[in-house]
Amino acid sequence: MNFNDALSVTKLLLEYVPATLKLFFFTLLFSIPLGMVVMWLKKCRFKPVSWLTKLYILVMRGTPLILQIVVVHYAIPMIVSNAKNSGNESDFIDWLRELMLSENYMFITLIVAFSLNYAAYFAEIFRGGLESIPVGQYEAAQMLGMTKPQTFFRIILPQVFKRVIPAVSNEVMTLVKDTSLATTIAYAEIMLIAKQQMNTYSSIVPLFIAGLFYFIMNAIVTLVFMLLEKHYSYYR
Amino acid sequence: MSILEVKSLSKSFGELKVLKEISFNVEQGQVLSVIGPSGSGKSTLLRCVNQLERADGGEINVCGVNMMHTENGKAVYAPKKTLREIRLKIGLVFQNFNLFPHKSVMENIIEAPVHVLKKSKEQAKEEAAELIRKMGLMTKENSYPCELSGGQQQRVSIARALALKPDVLFFDEPTSALDPELTGEILLVIKELAKEKMTMVIVTHEMEFAKDVSNHVIFMDGGYIVEEGDPAELFGNTQNERTKQFLRRYKGM
Repeated sequence: MNFNDALSVTKLLLEYVPATLKLFFFTLLFSIPLGMVVMWLKKCRFKPVSWLTKLYILVMRGTPLILQIVVVHYAIPMIVSNAKNSGNESDFIDWLRELMLSENYMFITLIVAFSLNYAAYFAEIFRGGLESIPVGQYEAAQMLGMTKPQTFFRIILPQVFKRVIPAVSNEVMTLVKDTSLATTIAYAEIMLIAKQQMNTYSSIVPLFIAGLFYFIMNAIVTLVFMLLEKHYSYYR
Repeated sequence: MSILEVKSLSKSFGELKVLKEISFNVEQGQVLSVIGPSGSGKSTLLRCVNQLERADGGEINVCGVNMMHTENGKAVYAPKKTLREIRLKIGLVFQNFNLFPHKSVMENIIEAPVHVLKKSKEQAKEEAAELIRKMGLMTKENSYPCELSGGQQQRVSIARALALKPDVLFFDEPTSALDPELTGEILLVIKELAKEKMTMVIVTHEMEFAKDVSNHVIFMDGGYIVEEGDPAELFGNTQNERTKQFLRRYKGM
C-alpha cells in the first residue's frame, strides 16, 4: 500500500467520522439522564423496584455489549414474524414492523443498546459519587432549615458533579472505542469501512489509520475532561 | 420562659440505652456546658434536641413551642411545619465544621438567609459582612473553606449559624478537631458571644473553658446526668465521687 492509497483511505474514513460521532453523542445524550433515573430507581425504598433495577444493572454489566447489540437488533424482527405466524396482529406489532422497515432502524437499535448498557454504568458511577458526600453536608443543610430539594440541588449535586468527573471520563473514552462494535450489525462507521479497505488493499494500514482516528477523538475527550477538572479545582 | 426545656428524654440505639431520663432547662442568656467521658451520651443529647436524631420518649420544648412529647409510651413529634420553625430558632456548630466546600465564605454565610429566609442578596451580604468582621475574617470573604485554617473554618461555621439569628446556639465539641493554638481563637469567639448574652449550649472536653465561660455545667455519664450546677461549685468542690474521678483524670493529663 503506497502513500496515495493511504491518503485516499484516510479521506474515505474521514467521511465516516460523523457516523461514529452520531453514535457517540446520541448515546451520551440518552444514557446520562437514564443513568440518573436508574440510580434513583435503585435507591427506591419500594424494594421490588430496587431489586429489579439491581437485576437490570447486573445483566447490563454482566453480559457483552456486542451480544446486547445483536439481541436488540434481531429481537424486533423475531417478535414481528412470530406475531405474523400466530396470526397475532395489533397496533403495537404494526408499529414495530414500521420501525423495522425504517431506514434509521439500525441506528435506533444501536442507540437503544448502547444507552441501556451505558446507563447501567453511569448509574453506578453517580451512586458512588452521591454516597461519597459526607452525611455532615446533609446535616448542616438541615440545620440551616433548607428543604430536601434545596439541599440536593444546591449543596449535594454540585459536589457529586465534581467527584464523578474522573470516572465519567473513563466511561466516555470507552464509549468512543465501543462505537466500533456497531460493525457487528454492519452499521457503516469508521471501523466497518476500515475493515473493508483492509480487504480491498490486502493491507493492515487502514486499521492503523482507523486506530489513529479513535486515538485523536479520545485525545480530545481527555482534553475536555482535563479542562472540566481544572474548572472545578477551585475547591476540595 | 425557658429557651429549652428537656423532660425525661430517652434514646436507645437498638439494645443500647444512650440517654436515660434526661431533664434540664436552658434559660435566656445562659451558657450551659455539657461535659462527660466519651460515650456518655452528650453528643446524642445534642443531636436529639437538634432533630438530627429521633428521641424515643420524653418531652422537648423550644422557646415555649412543643417539639416532641410522649403519648402512650411513644414519641410524638410536632407537625413538619412546626419542626422547621423550631429548627430556625436553633443554630448548631459542628465538630468538623461541615462547611459547604464548593461555596466561598460569603456564600456559605448567605446561603440560608437568601434561600431559607428569602432575604434579598444585598441585605444578606450586608449582614454577613458584619458577622465576617465580628469573626475576624475580613480578608477571607471570597476564600473557599479549603484555603482556610481549621480555626478560621470553625469561625465561618459559627458565622453561618448566627446568620439565621438563632435564639440558642449549640456547639458539638467545637474545638475537638483543632490544635491547642486554634482552640484558643474559637474559645475567644464563644466568650465574646457570651458577653452579648447569647444563649449557648456547649458540649466540650475543654474543662478550663467550661469553667471559665459557662454559668451552668452538666456532667453526664452512662446516659444519665450525674451532677449539675454552678461551675465553680462543680469543678472546685464536688461531693460526687464519679465527678471527682472524672475531673481528677482530666487534671492529671
